[in-house]
Amino acid sequence: MDRSPALAVQNLSKRFGDRVAFEGLSFEIGYGEVFGFLGPNGAGKTTTVRTLGTLIAPTSGSATVAGITLAPENGVEIRRRIAIMPETPGLYLRLSVLENLECFADLYEVPDPAERIDSALRAVNLTDRAHDPCGTLSKGLRQRVGLARALLSDPQVLFLDEPTAGLDPVATRDVHELIAGLGQSGVTIFLTTHRLEEAERLCDRVAILNTTLRTIGRPDELRDRLFTRTLAVKTVAPLADPDHIFGGLPAVDGWREDGAAGYVLAVSDSAVAAPAVARALVAADADVLSIGEARHSLEDVYLEMIDEDAEVQRA
Amino acid sequence: MKLSKRRIRAIFRKELREYRRNASLVAGMAIIPLVFLIQPLVSVFAVSSGAAAELRDRHELLYLLAIPALVPAALAAYAVVGERQQGTLEPVLSTPIRREELVLSKAMAVFAPSVAIAYAVFAVFIACVELFARRGVPSALIAGPDVLAQVIFTPLIAGWSIWLAIAISTRASDIRVAQQLSLLASLPTIALTTLISLNVIHPSIRLAILLGVALVVGNRLGWRVVSAAFDRERLVTGSRS
Repeated sequence: MDRSPALAVQNLSKRFGDRVAFEGLSFEIGYGEVFGFLGPNGAGKTTTVRTLGTLIAPTSGSATVAGITLAPENGVEIRRRIAIMPETPGLYLRLSVLENLECFADLYEVPDPAERIDSALRAVNLTDRAHDPCGTLSKGLRQRVGLARALLSDPQVLFLDEPTAGLDPVATRDVHELIAGLGQSGVTIFLTTHRLEEAERLCDRVAILNTTLRTIGRPDELRDRLFTRTLAVKTVAPLADPDHIFGGLPAVDGWREDGAAGYVLAVSDSAVAAPAVARALVAADADVLSIGEARHSLEDVYLEMIDEDAEVQRA
Repeated sequence: MKLSKRRIRAIFRKELREYRRNASLVAGMAIIPLVFLIQPLVSVFAVSSGAAAELRDRHELLYLLAIPALVPAALAAYAVVGERQQGTLEPVLSTPIRREELVLSKAMAVFAPSVAIAYAVFAVFIACVELFARRGVPSALIAGPDVLAQVIFTPLIAGWSIWLAIAISTRASDIRVAQQLSLLASLPTIALTTLISLNVIHPSIRLAILLGVALVVGNRLGWRVVSAAFDRERLVTGSRS
């Protein structure tokens, strides 16, 4: 795998007049990485994709996309190496799936277009619908055609802007499988999404954007960074002296009650703390219902970040 | 800058396929030429054999030059703003296509059917006059220089009309507004051809050469100017870069 970044962004900003679309973005994405770009509506996600895709010019900052400096004179060369699937696939509805793909294969000057189209159609499982007009396809199928179109040029970097927006669960699952498959095949994927479980499931790293970059990292890193690791303990009856039981245990930093017979323990290392807690509870003759690591989801991380922003704005 | 024939052909072929399957667009392309065919035919059929000689002083044929001004205006106005409204423009702009290639391919896709329609209507007009007009009328009406002017000026006027309409289409935010403005922009050309056909402006070789050169230059400049004005950022976001 190439060690140079597929995308390198330094202090990139975009303003429309007085309105800031995004500001001071800096990050790097390696080749073959699936990178999630999260943020509320209006956070600047789509504008970032359009900027890196050379559709709009940044106001300041710099970037390299697929190894090429982001500059107006490099637009054609960058667009040759990337593909963008917008939120709505924007297909020619009067043309068939095949005709849509033929047009884009020619726009990318794909060598051996027939073979490439066939392979893209097979990748999205649409071979049997190749001659159907796109206007007759369901939203999920159109999204798949959009993905097939994005795959035609064998891009080094694939930008997917809300690829599952408005899809039903089955179509969403299909798109997820496709993205996971692409990620495994070494395509760098820049995925903007509102769906946090989608990002958690598919992405190697995520960034949370709210005009400025709020945080970036692997989902578990972000959880660790934001939240204390905790163990949730439930017993049949309230413990007589929890301070005595939990106090002084290895890797247990503190505890608090959580309901009538529940306790949340702040721990530095779950693997050390959990067995020690179990032994202490048994020694205290407590009837234990469960001991488990309390997991914060990416959604918790996201809401924490966005709530902080809201509080700052209110202040 | 090297233009890609393959990319130009891709958009050209796609546009023609879309035109063929867009019933309202085909209807629009048919109505304008019919109107401009029927009116002069009625007027010519009303001319008696005795009055046929008066036709030699008029240039009724040149009235049909309104067709290559109007048909492409309606079509080309749709070219950019139509795609933008359908949401198909952004995926195309995300490909390696250059703006010069996109503008040229769209212009060619409008040019081909517009000129074909204009020539076809002209041929139908000539055939109808030959077959159904009163004796003496065809020979008085169908003059060699007028036919030649029709053949030469049809593509030149169509080209000019296309560049005006595409320029409007890249700036407009609504298809109807773009079509209305494009038709309005083609009115001076129609006024000129009408005045010449009615002999208010006397046609001459000098005038023909002058207009021909002006249109050739206008068409060459049109491509450059429209390409330069084609702003990806404005088309995608509605804001200027």
